[in-house]
Amino acid sequence: MTVGAGSIVSLREVRRDYALGAERVHALQGVSLEVERGDYVAIVGPSGCGKSTLLNLIGVIDQPTSGTVSIAGRQVDAMSDREATSFRLHNIGFVFQRFYLMPILSASENVALPMAEARVPRDERNARAAELLAYVGLSSRERHRPSELSGGEQQRVAIARALANHPALLLADEPTGELDARTGTEIISLFHRLNSDGTTIVVVTHDEDLANAARHKVHMRDGRIVDA
Amino acid sequence: MRATLAQASLIRHRARTMLAVLGVAVATAMLLDMVMLATGMRESFRELLLSQGFDIRLAPKGTLPFDTDATIPGVRAIMSVLRTSPDIREISAVLGGSIHIQVGARGISAAVLGVDPAVQGDYEFVSGRDITVPDAIVANDYLLAKLGARFGDTLSVAAGYDPQTRTYSGQRKLVLTGAVRFIYGASEQPAAAVRRETLEALGGGARRDRASLFMVRIRKGVNPDSVRNWILAQIPTVSVISVATAIAEVDQRLSYFRQLAFILGSVSLFVGFLLVTTLVTVSVNERAGEIAVMRAIGVSRTHVVQQIVIEGVAISLVGAVIGLGLGLLTARYLNSILSAFPGLPMAIDFFLFQPRAAWSALGLLAASGILAGIYPAWRAASLPIAESLRREAIA
Repeated sequence: MTVGAGSIVSLREVRRDYALGAERVHALQGVSLEVERGDYVAIVGPSGCGKSTLLNLIGVIDQPTSGTVSIAGRQVDAMSDREATSFRLHNIGFVFQRFYLMPILSASENVALPMAEARVPRDERNARAAELLAYVGLSSRERHRPSELSGGEQQRVAIARALANHPALLLADEPTGELDARTGTEIISLFHRLNSDGTTIVVVTHDEDLANAARHKVHMRDGRIVDA
Repeated sequence: MRATLAQASLIRHRARTMLAVLGVAVATAMLLDMVMLATGMRESFRELLLSQGFDIRLAPKGTLPFDTDATIPGVRAIMSVLRTSPDIREISAVLGGSIHIQVGARGISAAVLGVDPAVQGDYEFVSGRDITVPDAIVANDYLLAKLGARFGDTLSVAAGYDPQTRTYSGQRKLVLTGAVRFIYGASEQPAAAVRRETLEALGGGARRDRASLFMVRIRKGVNPDSVRNWILAQIPTVSVISVATAIAEVDQRLSYFRQLAFILGSVSLFVGFLLVTTLVTVSVNERAGEIAVMRAIGVSRTHVVQQIVIEGVAISLVGAVIGLGLGLLTARYLNSILSAFPGLPMAIDFFLFQPRAAWSALGLLAASGILAGIYPAWRAASLPIAESLRREAIA
């Protein structure tokens, strides 16, 4: 299914149910959403409202029970694991609350990891990693391991890693959740700069400052979008 | 990159990895020792039989050489028959027995072989002179030390002790001419050799024209089994043993050893397998979130599987290499204990190192490492990404 030229994310009547013991949990109940290319959207709402479930569907790491999901012009809701993995590698960048950097790899090697997976030649990925680390302000920390970096620095490395394969879409799940207020502000500024430079961002957050920095806010409650 | 990540995950829990490697090393050492034990004695025995170039042995009917005190009568007649075969090159008739040597007030007993020094294959000459004359005797180091005698000393030697009459069938003065090392002799067994006719004479009428064993060298290129069959047809009153039949006989007698070695070796391999599976599974469970993130950023299932399998194989191989050294040391120690067992030839090794055995052990360990990695790798590759991330967030 091809969506409008401006939409990078398109969800139509998406439902996602989970089995929780004997019960059936309806995490998403008919969600429809369009995100324009170059947009910066914050998904907000109380815990358990379905924000992360929605982000997982947009990120092609989960599949809906019903409805359609299209990302960057491709219908992704019924992809095989192999197709979905390749799609994520080349089209989506993920930033997580807990950074999840590989402890034994340097900042530069962590950034290069998705490029190695995409079989980018070594010289090219080293150059790209250096360029991305410079972009997030960590030129001097290329050789440092995650344990030698502060929380904010680790999150910036994770953002650089998410941008490694020139993704069409950057997804972030509570990216400031583990950071203090000052460091959180730095990450908010970095997201703002990324969006200004053309990156489409969808972020799930409880952080009001981060949500307010987005161009659009999507409010969720009980598995539904209540205000977009 | 996968090898780096596998290495990273192993290094992250150094102590745990070291313990697993040590466990695999112990299992490998045990496996190697069992493989060496299963094949070592047989190979060692084969090497021993072939070491002097004798292909066929004739022993009293129904026995193995020197299994009993029984002897074969009609040495001259047998030699005459054997010499008619163009395939037979040399024949060594050996008469075994025991002697008593009087040194001052002390009496020392020793095993003795009566041989023809020109064709004998029972001892290696060490020093002095061989038994070139009928009144010469050579002895091994152990007997020489007990005697405290020197070359040229005359020894009072008696044989054929009769406990009823408390007399010997023959006594003779023999001159100690040399030191030898008996190839088939047991460790710490005093032993000597004289010419066969000398021992026959010492044994009295009962030992005349008798031999405990004939050893036969055949011509190059001749099939030992065809010669064996020919001898059997010509002299049906003896057991004719080729190296192959001797090994088959030894194989039968050592079947308990081999079964034990097989069972213990299998147990060690299984323990190593379980150890690696457990460690890698625990490691995968701990890294569920990390693996889910790797999958989320686009790392394929195949590459996750490869990384986990590499971890299993790495533990197995490092453990195996350490285990090979450990196994060799243990085998040497155990061999020294078992070889000192009374009555066994010194040249027999219980644990014989063979490169093939080492490669077999390494191959089995590598295969078990791959198998051990498959279950945790399958678990890792099957982790639902979204669910794992949700659990990780809750944790």
